[in-house]
Amino acid sequence: MKTIKTGIGRRSFIKSVSLAGGGLVIGFNWMACKRAVEAENKNVALEMPEEWFELNGYLKVGDNGVVTIYSPNPEIGQNVKTSMPMIVAEELDVDWKNVVVEQAPLNTDVFSRQLAGGSQSIRQGWETLRMAGATARQMLLMAAADQLQVPIEELSVEKGIISHKNSDKSIGFGEVAAAASKLEVPEEVQLKDKKDFSIIGTSRKNVDAKKIVTGKPLYGLDTYEDGMLIAMIVQPPAFGKRLKSFDAESIKDMPGIVDVVELETFKEDYKRSAFDIDAFDKLVVVVGKSTWEVMNAKKALKVEWEESPDIIHDMEIFGREMTVNHPKGLENTDGHKKMMEQIASKGTKIEVVREDGSPKKAFKNAAKTVERSYYAPFLAHNCMEPMNFFADVTDEKATLIGPIQTPEFMERSVSERLGMPKEKIDIQMTRMGGGFGRRLYGHFVTEAAALSQKLKAPVKLVYTREDDMAFGTYRPSYHVHYKAALDENNNLVGFHVRAGGIPESPLFSNRFPAGAVDNYLAESWTIDSNITTGAFRAPRSNFIAGAEQSFLDEVAEAAGKDPIDFRLDLLKKAKENPVGEKNDYEPERYAGVLELVRKRSNWDTGSTGKNRGVAAYYCHNSYVAHVLDLSLKNEGVSIENVYCAIDCGIVVNPDAATNMAEGGSIDGIGSAMYGEISFDKGVPQQNNFDNYRMIRHSEAPKNIDVAFVQNDTDPTGMGEPPFPPVMGALANALYKATGKRFYSQPFIKELNEYNENKVLKS
Amino acid sequence: MAAFKININGKTETVDVDPQTPLLWVLRDHLKLVGTKYGCGIAQCGACTVHLNGSAVRSCQLPISAVQENQVTTIEGLSENGDHPVQQAWLEVDVPQCGYCQAGQIMTASALLKENPNPNDEDIETAMNGNICRCGTYTRIKAAIKTAASKTQSA
Ligand code: FES
Ligand code: FES
Repeated sequence: MKTIKTGIGRRSFIKSVSLAGGGLVIGFNWMACKRAVEAENKNVALEMPEEWFELNGYLKVGDNGVVTIYSPNPEIGQNVKTSMPMIVAEELDVDWKNVVVEQAPLNTDVFSRQLAGGSQSIRQGWETLRMAGATARQMLLMAAADQLQVPIEELSVEKGIISHKNSDKSIGFGEVAAAASKLEVPEEVQLKDKKDFSIIGTSRKNVDAKKIVTGKPLYGLDTYEDGMLIAMIVQPPAFGKRLKSFDAESIKDMPGIVDVVELETFKEDYKRSAFDIDAFDKLVVVVGKSTWEVMNAKKALKVEWEESPDIIHDMEIFGREMTVNHPKGLENTDGHKKMMEQIASKGTKIEVVREDGSPKKAFKNAAKTVERSYYAPFLAHNCMEPMNFFADVTDEKATLIGPIQTPEFMERSVSERLGMPKEKIDIQMTRMGGGFGRRLYGHFVTEAAALSQKLKAPVKLVYTREDDMAFGTYRPSYHVHYKAALDENNNLVGFHVRAGGIPESPLFSNRFPAGAVDNYLAESWTIDSNITTGAFRAPRSNFIAGAEQSFLDEVAEAAGKDPIDFRLDLLKKAKENPVGEKNDYEPERYAGVLELVRKRSNWDTGSTGKNRGVAAYYCHNSYVAHVLDLSLKNEGVSIENVYCAIDCGIVVNPDAATNMAEGGSIDGIGSAMYGEISFDKGVPQQNNFDNYRMIRHSEAPKNIDVAFVQNDTDPTGMGEPPFPPVMGALANALYKATGKRFYSQPFIKELNEYNENKVLKS
Repeated sequence: MAAFKININGKTETVDVDPQTPLLWVLRDHLKLVGTKYGCGIAQCGACTVHLNGSAVRSCQLPISAVQENQVTTIEGLSENGDHPVQQAWLEVDVPQCGYCQAGQIMTASALLKENPNPNDEDIETAMNGNICRCGTYTRIKAAIKTAASKTQSA
């Protein structure tokens, strides 16, 4: 029998004070984890203890010295399920071999910010995770001092063994765990000096890898509970349409079909949060016994749709009241483009966000100006595992299991939707088959919960790929117009960015090159739409980085300067003589990644004869630079090398971070080169992988070189930063290969045009 | 509905389903072999790849009635202890990010290596092109296939 010691409810309270000696003293109260979670084994089978002792909400120690560490945040492939426990294990001084990792459920009493988003899991969890490990270590030491009858100062710990300096006495964690769990939690503990880290900064394998490669149930879609029904949605075929009526009888007699119901995702007067975005207020749901039967019935269902009126949602977005408009109408991509170009050229309905110096004068007196526009379409996230959630709602409680990046927010949404207090709602997170921002928006959690309540049965709601891709929550469509002024010495003296999108602007007015140009103007505009959008890996940066970095390339060329030197000169100015006060980047670290990528790619001596592009960008508190080499091949491109240099502070798990950077680079190339959701009369023209082009094996780079700037700054974002800049490097390399600049994504279309023109000319 | 006897991972299983039901959903819904994944349902992503007599096939497009006497192997049956050289290589290279596509990648890769024990880059790209990895682990997959090839060669 395994028993788990539990504590009494004291909310965790954290304060931190820096010490003169470089260490950190922290004080807090803990409450122990209230819930037991099924044990998961790592790649190596470990002998399980007879008894577990919970030392705080983050970990428990077994009587044989095995330690279970709960990973608090959702795992979407960013590998926090390995790297967050590594941080706890570091301060605990346990042998990583003896650590078992479990996914913690949503538990707001113990954990804060159980969210996968903004590349913040490690950055914001850093101190708390360290504290959790250090506290437990301290308690184990206290118990050991008592047991060995020696002063605590004379004890040291290595890999779960506590030894006495002045004698040969030693004792394992397992032997003192019981006693330690009865101690008062210390008010203060000391954190390690970073130079003493022995787990952080070393590569540790994905704790779920063995399960992944052997096909064990891990994902939401793998949930199968007794008596569970399968449900699928039928949604309007176009944005701007809504449900008019449906004929349940048309499919009720089909094999395996249990029910056909109308479902409202949210109650009418509900105030939505930032993550309660949904495209359609009402859905038809087909419920049955098996997936295939429901899929068939769903296709056969007779439904009538009608045009929907203007929709206005009052939302509460991170404490701010906001009104979101979805005007009626059936929208087209061509129409979108025309509207965007019109606003960008006419300058109406535009907001000035930042102005330094006198941009007008600078452009009037310029020796040379460069002026260009860039465009990108909507994108679908296309997580490999389509949206889904399991719900079992009874009068007593709601059990919800599945893939969600924002469990805490969903607890509120579900509570409001069901009319059930939060205490009765249990949300369990599965490993996710991708997130990319899509699973921040958990309408499917609420849908599953409401459906289970209605049917009085456990149910798994499953989106088909087509449902998933046509459901909105897309990356917005963006446009930006840039203008640069050079003086007679080819210095950049004026910069004008006018950025907008449907429905949001991608502008970051305080990012580079703001601060590096004397006369700077940043403007923003938006267009409302009934096509819903949401955060997509590195929101806004995922467009503006590529556009800005290819524009700067063109400006560097006009100035007759090497593109890296040109950027470094600007960064030097931003450091030594910054313009304005609000600049949101550190020029030195920015320059650092450019210097590193220059070295890694052999830029100065090895660029001749290569179609090579460079780009650098800052987002999510990290800096990334890319150099990319490509060649034209059979009408397409072959990406030969990608060099990626990153400054994200301390790298917790280097090989996993490298994997993330490789994936981000590939994703960036794929999205910019091939990705697009377009519309005709409100109907998304792509709804599966036969018409939405995803980057594939043969299109991936042959080589990716990832390098990290070595420093001991506290860790910053890793999941998103390697994604945006590679798009700029790609555009700049395409220019080298074709002699033509690429302004409009997906680049494959421009490349096809180039190829056609070549054929016509020859 | 009809009863079908099929050979899966060396065992005979009987299921009573519509003859058109794709093998994918028989595996997942009826036999609870959930390692085989649903990604697209139209043979475009490879997440549902299994072996039919050792060759890689897309189970989302294979009606149960077409399986007949053929031997089906899923990721759960690729090796007894999860130690097939391809699985080992995947662990060594630490390929997965989200991991959702990986069972399909492994099934395609192991079928490739059976046919071609020493594939070059182009062979790998051709064989693997039907398997999408949304997370972009392509370079690692290629490295792992080469690692697995060298294991099989030296074994
Ligand atoms: S699910 Fe079969 S190929 Fe995608
Ligand atoms: S690892 Fe996520 S889809 Fe391949």
